[in-house]
Amino acid sequence: MTATETVLGAPAERREGREKVTGTARYAAEYDSADRAHAWPVPATVARGRVIAVDAAAALALPGVLAVLTHENAPRLGDPDDPVLAVLQNPRVPHRGWFVALVVAETLEAARAGAGAVRVTYETEGADVTLTASHPEAYVPDSANGGFPAVTEKGDPDGAFASSAARLDVGYTVPPLHNHPMEPHAGTARWEGDRLTVYSSSQGTSAVRAELARLFGLPEDRITVRSEHVGGGFGSKGTPRPEVVLAAMAARETGRPVTLALPRRYLPAVVGHRAPTLHRLRLGADADGRLTSLTHEVTTYTSRVKEFVEQAAVPARVMYAAPTMRTLHRVAALDVPTPSWMRAPGECPGMYALESAMDELAVEVGVDPVELRIRNEPETEPESGKPFSSRSLVECLRDGARRFGWERRDPRPRSGEEGPLLIGTGVASATYPVLVGPGVASARALPGGDFLVRVNATDIGTGARTVLAQIAADALGAPLDAVRVEIADSDIGFGSVAGGSSGTASWGSAVHEACARLSGMLAGRSEPLPEEGLVAEADTSGKADAESPYARHAFGAHFAEVAVDTVSGEVRVTRLLGVFAAGRILNARTARSQFIGGMTMGLGMALTEDSTMDPAFGDFTQSDLASYHVPAHADVVAPEAYWVEEADDHLNPMGSKGIGEIGIVGTAAAVGNAVHHATGIRFRELPLTPDRVLTGLLEHGHPAGMLGV
Amino acid sequence: MDSRHDRAPDSRTPEPERSQTTLRVNGKPHTLMVDHRRVLLDLLREDLGLTGAKKGCDHGQCGACTVLVDGRRMNGCLLLAVALDGSEITTVEGLAGDGEDLHPLQQAFLDRDAFQCGYCTPGQICSAAGVLAEAAAGHPSHVTDPAAPSGEPVALGREEIRERMSGNLCRCGAYPRIVDAVEDVIP
Repeated sequence: MTATETVLGAPAERREGREKVTGTARYAAEYDSADRAHAWPVPATVARGRVIAVDAAAALALPGVLAVLTHENAPRLGDPDDPVLAVLQNPRVPHRGWFVALVVAETLEAARAGAGAVRVTYETEGADVTLTASHPEAYVPDSANGGFPAVTEKGDPDGAFASSAARLDVGYTVPPLHNHPMEPHAGTARWEGDRLTVYSSSQGTSAVRAELARLFGLPEDRITVRSEHVGGGFGSKGTPRPEVVLAAMAARETGRPVTLALPRRYLPAVVGHRAPTLHRLRLGADADGRLTSLTHEVTTYTSRVKEFVEQAAVPARVMYAAPTMRTLHRVAALDVPTPSWMRAPGECPGMYALESAMDELAVEVGVDPVELRIRNEPETEPESGKPFSSRSLVECLRDGARRFGWERRDPRPRSGEEGPLLIGTGVASATYPVLVGPGVASARALPGGDFLVRVNATDIGTGARTVLAQIAADALGAPLDAVRVEIADSDIGFGSVAGGSSGTASWGSAVHEACARLSGMLAGRSEPLPEEGLVAEADTSGKADAESPYARHAFGAHFAEVAVDTVSGEVRVTRLLGVFAAGRILNARTARSQFIGGMTMGLGMALTEDSTMDPAFGDFTQSDLASYHVPAHADVVAPEAYWVEEADDHLNPMGSKGIGEIGIVGTAAAVGNAVHHATGIRFRELPLTPDRVLTGLLEHGHPAGMLGV
Repeated sequence: MDSRHDRAPDSRTPEPERSQTTLRVNGKPHTLMVDHRRVLLDLLREDLGLTGAKKGCDHGQCGACTVLVDGRRMNGCLLLAVALDGSEITTVEGLAGDGEDLHPLQQAFLDRDAFQCGYCTPGQICSAAGVLAEAAAGHPSHVTDPAAPSGEPVALGREEIRERMSGNLCRCGAYPRIVDAVEDVIP
């Protein structure tokens, strides 16, 4: 048996598990020292305007308060790449919740009291925070997030639609959604002369270091950023965030190490969120359900700070064999917090809409929804014409249908009644692209027989440390426990972000190359190793991230069973099953946890997660965990995740696709489609909360609680 | 505030706003002068260096700060430390008994991969310890059969575990594995 067979793919335990269950794993806010101070930000209380005065006297008079930073006295910063990081640089208030001051104090209590005592006077201006499908300022941007063209068109989708046997023209609405990782964004900063050390909750230390270098006018080698443990991110820590800039600023101003851990309720305004998306889907098909025309148009918002366009019409370019197609994004810049990445940006809301529409089409033409998707399987990527490196959507659908018992399903809507409950099942497809970034790694053979691998990865809960050790052991032909892995330190060298489901592919490619090189060096060597060992390095720039002639995507199929309570309007998901095709699965244990984690977040998107932009105050009404309902234990009954192994030589040395995001992608549509099957009612706005469902039941002539009586 | 506060860089909260408080934490007594505003969570993290209990929301909404106070699970962020004088506190760092390497729940969480990012994990584990004690003591939950005999130990099925653990949020979605882990240690 080779090391490959025993190591890669094996369900290895998380390397940092013991620290996490004993409470010794340290997160960014937990680097204490005798002289550490705490900071507390002051968020703007107007939706648009300027700060005309800050009265810090009362705050400064409080015991323990060390400093109050405002745009008037804060250090001038260089220009960041991301304008959301230009904090306390001018009096402008681009949205409510934008930080207008920072209090630094001896203790958390003093900092909080100080922030409460700062008096800010504003000159307010009229604000527009309400997105509508016909917003007069909506425009077609040059590109959407990820650099995708905002518009694509193939053939004559309007003409084909007009002459199609079956036509569907529907709209869907996805509200703003919040990442809310369990660890609020935090940074601890310390200056020693002109050297800056930062402990950050970021998903990638290299990007944080680069921004801090620009902002503070320092060469990058004077800055060290570490993220040893990160309490989740889901995209909101994927780009540097204001807390790390403010912590560094406060530390420089006070000459003390400073920690800034953002209060939970401040997160929605400053760490990015999934922007709301208004979808219009037009599907034309022949009588057998074969698509003749597919149009997916998305309207969303961005802030006035920068343009971020949720690329929700992009997955339609990948999914189905429609001979004519149009995908289009429109965006309006409003006085709202700046949206950003949230788990599967684009795919997640886009596939909710597309897969809901496919279900509507299946009902319309009387074709089983699994079969409808199989009938529309493309030969090559519809938009680009590129061949797929591998595509196992059909296998996922078939395997999932078999495991779920889909063949027993009565296709008639509202055919399952159990007392006051309506039971239904639904299916949806999922897709997520294969992304990969460049980076460096080193592998060192030590005289005792152990190996030390260094790569600037970040483990935000994915099990990165563990899977990278597996990749290294595999490439070295060494036992797993002979490999030590050091990660999450910008001093190691460039590492890409733990985002876009790209981490393992990116860092793993560099680790694999360094280890393979070291293996070669060791193979031709007979003399003992020097004391410091033997080291091999790798830099995958231009290789790992080279353009591929193949369309590379992961696919999946989601199946859901729901019970809709006609008394309360509550939807319970009683079964949730996903089958995924993501190349080679490198750690069966942590992969399953990630798939199920994604599906669980999708369950929240379907049923409970709802955010409302208050039109008068320009604020998210549901800004904390009491009002923004992420799934709790009781909501998650028995999700199941499986995978179809793919052998794909066009990916990376490990043959893996990313797995961090695809689990969320099809969940909401599968649940929504199941609710339609249960009730016969098509709800086209998320989430499916009891008020909406009960209202729908009443409007459709079903007196609450009376069905099945 | 008033004029009695000096503005020296090392100024701390003045005496009248602090009180001497003694807590036993993980079996060891600690006597501290505690700012009246300080909650148990911040006392553990800032004064004692016990950062196992996490701050997820600071408002009793997420459960990441769950610790045992006199044997009962509590949100450390909602308890003013000065009000706990004389209490016995157990945190994730002190959960394993003398001579025990890991508490059985900690081992079960490892065995079941019952976490990802680990931030909610100490709270989940302490909460689970509380659940086991509450069920053994006959405390019913929302899903306990109303016909169950009062005061008798409640059998912990998966639905009971889910219900009782619902105050501990996990954004990574490790819930099913957490339930597996708790099931593993049910006596």
